[in-house]
Amino acid sequence: MTDMALEPARAAAEPAFDRARALSAFKLGDKTFFWVTRLSALFVLIILGGIIVSLIIGAWPAIRTYGFDFLFTQRWAPSLQPTPILGALGPIYGTIVTSLIAMAIAIPVGLGIAIFLTELCPMPLRQPIAVAIELLAGIPSIIYGMWGFFVLGPFLADHFEPAIVSAFENVPILNTIFQGPASNLSLFNAALVLSIMILPFITAISRDVFATVPPVLKEAAYGVGCTTWEVVRNVVLPYTRVGVIGGVMLALGRALGETMAVTFIIGNSFKISGSLFAPGTTISAAIASEFAESDGLHQSALILLGLLLFVLTFCVLTAARLMLRRLERKAGA
Amino acid sequence: MNSIYASRRRSDKIIKVLCYAAAIFGVGWLCLILYTLLVNGLVGLHPRIFTQMTPPPGVQDGGLLNAIVGSLIMTSIGVAIGTPLGLFAGTWLAEYGRYSKLTGVIRFVNDILLSAPSIIIGLFVYGAIVVPMGGFSGIAGSIALAVIVIPVVVRTTEDMLNLVPNHLREAASALGMPRAYVITKVSYSAARAGLITGVLLATARVAGETAPLLFTALSNQFWSVNLTSTMANLPVTINNFVNNPDPNWKQLAWTGALLITVTVLSLNIIARTLGAERKPK
Repeated sequence: MTDMALEPARAAAEPAFDRARALSAFKLGDKTFFWVTRLSALFVLIILGGIIVSLIIGAWPAIRTYGFDFLFTQRWAPSLQPTPILGALGPIYGTIVTSLIAMAIAIPVGLGIAIFLTELCPMPLRQPIAVAIELLAGIPSIIYGMWGFFVLGPFLADHFEPAIVSAFENVPILNTIFQGPASNLSLFNAALVLSIMILPFITAISRDVFATVPPVLKEAAYGVGCTTWEVVRNVVLPYTRVGVIGGVMLALGRALGETMAVTFIIGNSFKISGSLFAPGTTISAAIASEFAESDGLHQSALILLGLLLFVLTFCVLTAARLMLRRLERKAGA
Repeated sequence: MNSIYASRRRSDKIIKVLCYAAAIFGVGWLCLILYTLLVNGLVGLHPRIFTQMTPPPGVQDGGLLNAIVGSLIMTSIGVAIGTPLGLFAGTWLAEYGRYSKLTGVIRFVNDILLSAPSIIIGLFVYGAIVVPMGGFSGIAGSIALAVIVIPVVVRTTEDMLNLVPNHLREAASALGMPRAYVITKVSYSAARAGLITGVLLATARVAGETAPLLFTALSNQFWSVNLTSTMANLPVTINNFVNNPDPNWKQLAWTGALLITVTVLSLNIIARTLGAERKPK
């Protein structure tokens, strides 16, 4: 702002001030700036296009070789001659199962924390706890992976899983889902770490959308004698339903694509086992652990896995954004 | 009548207790992770971490110097490429294209990129840069990080510029300032704290990214400042060291993890305090 005020003074001091020249410089700068910003904005679209095109080109040999069978084949034998047999069923299964378990844990806990923060928590503690939860989101995923690998995995394998296995030993179905032997590397461990990772996303968004509820609605409900839980269930949640679902979908998008945290602790086994305590793999874990040493059709198949993951997350994220946008419009109107 | 009151009160109590438990659960994990990191990382924190290269397996001592330097280089280049692009794109969205249909599309695509799995970014850069260049390189790693920086900066820039009151722009325009000068002199200075917050958050986001570097920069056991060859970096080094039985490597991995986490969390906290000062209400 200061140089704005100085400008005329300086202009007056310079005797050979060419007004036309200054004006045209102004105009040129103005135009250049407009186009630089506009091209940068279009560059965002180019990145997305580039991602899609490069994935399709990379995956093309695998698409041609395997076609739709890729989705339904469980076998993953990249070194088989002459053509390796590669199927995505194992990673797809692992991705979906770990994400669903993670959501099942993270949604109630995340919403619980959001309710705690908006309705129950004493005022001075609200900000610190909210920041602490958001810092959880800032921790790099490789740290979660390491921690799951060295700390959580061994703990679960020693103390938690054997107890569950023996508790459900004689219950049909459940004794398949919770089948031993307990292992440091398993779908369940990966899902638990994932749930901790996505917790902050659910909490942060739920807290934001809970804050959009007009206080007068809540006060009215409290005024007619509702308990806190009744206010949350009958006023806050119905009012913010779309936004909460949007936040949950956003977290699901994260869970589907999360790589490093899962790669360490899932065991990287392409075989589908009925047990949650058995090792498995996810799409991103398969890519992360095999891509650097792959070539030819194997590499192409891994890129195809990446393309599948991208399509999957794209759909989930699109749904999430559309829902959140609907809420924004409602809040804006 | 009384039984209804009692049951309502009971369910309210139960839910309240569950909410408290959830909050303790969430904060508990954070404390637990930080505690483990501190306990395991501090043991190995030694000046040689910053002065020696990563050791070969089976050798004692050694540090993380090459990995730290490589990470710093790639993060700086990534942020240096991504920030101007993101800043300008966000500027267009907020200043020029506020009422254009294209803005909606770009904002939507940007939101998708913002939450796209980072390993996909790695695959993209592998196909677009690594294959044509004929090998893994530090510059490919930097570009992968830049692709992650851009959407974060676009988002915060747009949000922050949208918060700048319109009458500031109108006043500047009334003085005859061209649009570009209104933006650079008025809007940017009004939103400066917010814009810096965005860049800091983006830096924090990429500083710990591992997946996009796995097959763009790969990693390197040795001193590596050449951008056209593989480049050592902390996250991938940690990744490689964790899966090795060598206790010295394991210790280095914990120390590296502590360094990354402390860096990322402090960047986050600085960004938050900066952003909080200027948050208009």
